[in-house]
Amino acid sequence: MAAEPLSFQDLILTLHHYWSQQGCVILQPYDVEVGAGTLHPATVLRALGRKPWKCAYVQPSRRPVDGRYGENPNRLQHYYQYQVILKPNPENLQDLYLGSLKAIGLDTSLHDIRFVEDDWENPTVGAWGLGWEVWCDGMEVTQYTYFQGVGGIEVDVVSGELTYGLERLCMYLQNVDNVYDLKFNNDGVKYGDVFKEQERQFSAFNFEASDVATLKRQFEDMEANVTRILNTENSLGYKLVLPAYDHVLKASHLFNLMDARGAIAVAERQSYIGRIRDLCKACAQEWARQEEQRDGLTA
Amino acid sequence: MAELLIELFSEEIPARMQPGAARDFERLMGGKLAAAGLDYTSLKAYVSPRRLALVVDGLPVDQPATSEEVKGPKEGALEQAMAGFLRKVGVTKDQLTLENGVWMARVEKPGRRTVDVLAPMLSEVIAAFPWPKSMRSGTSTFRWVRPLKRILFLFDGAVVPFELEGLKASNLTEGHRFLGSGKPIEVKDFQSYRQGLLENSVVLDHADRQAVILEKARAVCAAAGCELMDDQGLLEEVAGLNEWPVPVLGDMDPRFLTLPPEVIKTSMRTHQKYFAVRDAKSGKMAPHFVIVANMVASDGGTEIKRGNAKVLSARLSDGVFFWTEDNKPGNFDAWLKRLEGVTFQARLGTMAQRVERIVALSRHIAPFVKAPAEVAAEAARLAKADLASKMVGEFPELQGVMGGYYADAADLDPVVANAIREHYKPQGPSDSVPENPVSAAVALADKIDTLVGFFAIDEKPTGSKDPYALRRAALGILRILREHNARLSLSELVEAWYAHLGGVPAHFKPFETVRTEILDFFVDRIKVQLKDEGQRFDIIEAVLANRDDDVVRVTLKCAALDTALLMAPEGEDMMAGYKRVANILAAEAKKGALPVGEPVAASDAPGVESDLIAELRVQKAAANAALAQENYLEALKCLAALRQNVDAFLDGVLVNAEDPDVRANRLRILAEVAALAAPVADLGKVV
Repeated sequence: MAAEPLSFQDLILTLHHYWSQQGCVILQPYDVEVGAGTLHPATVLRALGRKPWKCAYVQPSRRPVDGRYGENPNRLQHYYQYQVILKPNPENLQDLYLGSLKAIGLDTSLHDIRFVEDDWENPTVGAWGLGWEVWCDGMEVTQYTYFQGVGGIEVDVVSGELTYGLERLCMYLQNVDNVYDLKFNNDGVKYGDVFKEQERQFSAFNFEASDVATLKRQFEDMEANVTRILNTENSLGYKLVLPAYDHVLKASHLFNLMDARGAIAVAERQSYIGRIRDLCKACAQEWARQEEQRDGLTA
Repeated sequence: MAELLIELFSEEIPARMQPGAARDFERLMGGKLAAAGLDYTSLKAYVSPRRLALVVDGLPVDQPATSEEVKGPKEGALEQAMAGFLRKVGVTKDQLTLENGVWMARVEKPGRRTVDVLAPMLSEVIAAFPWPKSMRSGTSTFRWVRPLKRILFLFDGAVVPFELEGLKASNLTEGHRFLGSGKPIEVKDFQSYRQGLLENSVVLDHADRQAVILEKARAVCAAAGCELMDDQGLLEEVAGLNEWPVPVLGDMDPRFLTLPPEVIKTSMRTHQKYFAVRDAKSGKMAPHFVIVANMVASDGGTEIKRGNAKVLSARLSDGVFFWTEDNKPGNFDAWLKRLEGVTFQARLGTMAQRVERIVALSRHIAPFVKAPAEVAAEAARLAKADLASKMVGEFPELQGVMGGYYADAADLDPVVANAIREHYKPQGPSDSVPENPVSAAVALADKIDTLVGFFAIDEKPTGSKDPYALRRAALGILRILREHNARLSLSELVEAWYAHLGGVPAHFKPFETVRTEILDFFVDRIKVQLKDEGQRFDIIEAVLANRDDDVVRVTLKCAALDTALLMAPEGEDMMAGYKRVANILAAEAKKGALPVGEPVAASDAPGVESDLIAELRVQKAAANAALAQENYLEALKCLAALRQNVDAFLDGVLVNAEDPDVRANRLRILAEVAALAAPVADLGKVV
């Protein structure tokens, strides 16, 4: 690499700056545990309806089953995704995306950038789209998707979604082989200084110390709550879909925690995923309906 | 004569869809041109990641005029019907002619300018384009494989007026995303199109890109004393991932060479689209790989090599992790336990239940392929265990292969390890049949369980749909039975499957129904297989007429009949004698049921009749002896040996004698003659 590569936090700041210049709302991470940046309501719900929307944010992603007690150089139970959503997808989205790679210091005259077919889908939120994995010298650095459906509903307006795996991308830029060796800032702090202990403790929690009975009960509570919230009359006079969706996210994370304990039998798995998907669909459909009404009011 | 050139320029088209898209473009446009009466001398489509192009040469500038007879109302039809017809075809009544009581109009259609016909034609082709998956973009409802960016549309050197979703057709295209000039390329015709692309680092033709990749990939390997491991499927795929392919030799950490070569190769291929490389001298896998980049990097490819090597290292480290985890003691038992929770097919139960069936079947089949039953049963018990391993979870195509490695590593009986490795064979016509009897027993049991199971739940292949590859399973069963000379009829195999169920579940079809369906299914497969091997189709039909379901026997009979027909004079004698007799029997059968039973040698019968009866007894005994020894050629020769007696008999007596008893006896003689070959084949089907 020619210039000094970006630190982890400068990578985030650079992407923020770049996408801010493209007119994106720069959001902060959602404050509920999620398994992927897509699950943030700013993506899943905002992709529905006809209203234009541009935003970018970092989202911590929790994958309890990927915990390795801080010992695996590539795998984490908590990592960061950088998520960009542009609705409707601009005509020059590929160029904008390549511009972001240049901004973070990837010289496209030195590297082999490729768009390789990968049709993304997330069954738990009933979402699907067409697009690519973007490869840089054989490494997947971004998931690039044109959303075609969300919450089991075909979208009215297609959103372009870009998901950068920040640690992986940064490891590539800094040419390090172990995620914990990443420079977090330019003042000597390493990624491991910030997160290694967290990885150790949460791995032990995910695999050893979480209580399956409690998780199961909480899952069922969350599940019941989604329906209850959606059906509870309130002073607004319409359904409280955003709080209901938060509870879907919580249920989903509880499922992931149970899964890490090996508490989900193979045969049960599909049924759990189906239950979460149905809740998610209910929220998505309600949100889409409300959006249509709001669009109608403002039109 | 004029040239048509179309380019649909889009974001990256999935590699796997490119060859099909080119064929579809040719087919659809070819069809439209033909339907419009536009002849051409050549038509060819080209495809690369960002473009789908078509060039048609030798088109007329004007569409030829056509003239067509249109049928109108009958003479004397209602006024309104006539008025409607005249309006429709646009002629007046005095221009009609009356033919056989029907009014006919001649409709002349002047040809249009070809250029005017082309635009609607392209609209229709684009609208109906059969992409396996297509998408919408932004606020548009238009669907294409990925967002469409440009349309180049030239006829006879000029832009065809055309607009689609706000995209206006032009004479412009773009070159390589990074290596091109970055400016639109102006195009006059196909020649300048291809040249312009080449100057902007795009090799238009998929086939050319494949050739470039192969040549340069071999060259970079040779320079390092290595050889490229050919992989046609991968070559086609990477040719769809590049517009300007640049093979680069990357280095792999040699410590990964301790992994099974299949793992390295599959990891390279599946995840990274790299070619594996072997040492030119030893033939063993070398610590290198070939990346086909889409880039001529300004640093000569150093970064590209470094980056790819790093990714491969991470991938193979995963491989090492899986390999180590999978080889932990107690692995097979733990996997078998896991299979209890894995569904094979909702109505066919879990993988563990499938394993139980395969174990029982293997034990049953073993003696027929000369395998020790308990070894076969043990191999069958372990054959599917690797499906629960981490490595096969990551690379499903390594099923069996990994099980074999893990069995070796666990010091299991090498015969068992081998059977685990080989029991999926043969996986297609070009794959071999497992040689070891134990492998063969498990391979048969595996396929029988799949085939009979899916028939039992009524999931038979229909038409072109065969989602469970049951045709392939059936062909595999036939090949194993034949190559191992296994004397086990297909009925017995179906019966064994049902017998080992330990009670037939209510949702399974009954044994008799399934047996019949499977035998019908097999008859077609046997015909296909023998025909592919060059056997005459009429011979196969003749042998299969009695629905023999011992495929080894069927093969022997076909060979015998084939030989018999080629022998002189036996072949001629056999068929001539048979036909003469069969013709008479067929004619007499029309008058009423033919008499049955043994013919009697009457003392007052003519000599030719007694002689035939005597010889018939001799030959019948000989034929039965030959059949008992499965010497079908000898059995057929017995029929041939009767020819002179048959001819003498038919020349010397009147079969249709006045005395009904004499007639019946003579018909019984002929019926016996005709029946002589029946256990081998129905000679009536021989052409």
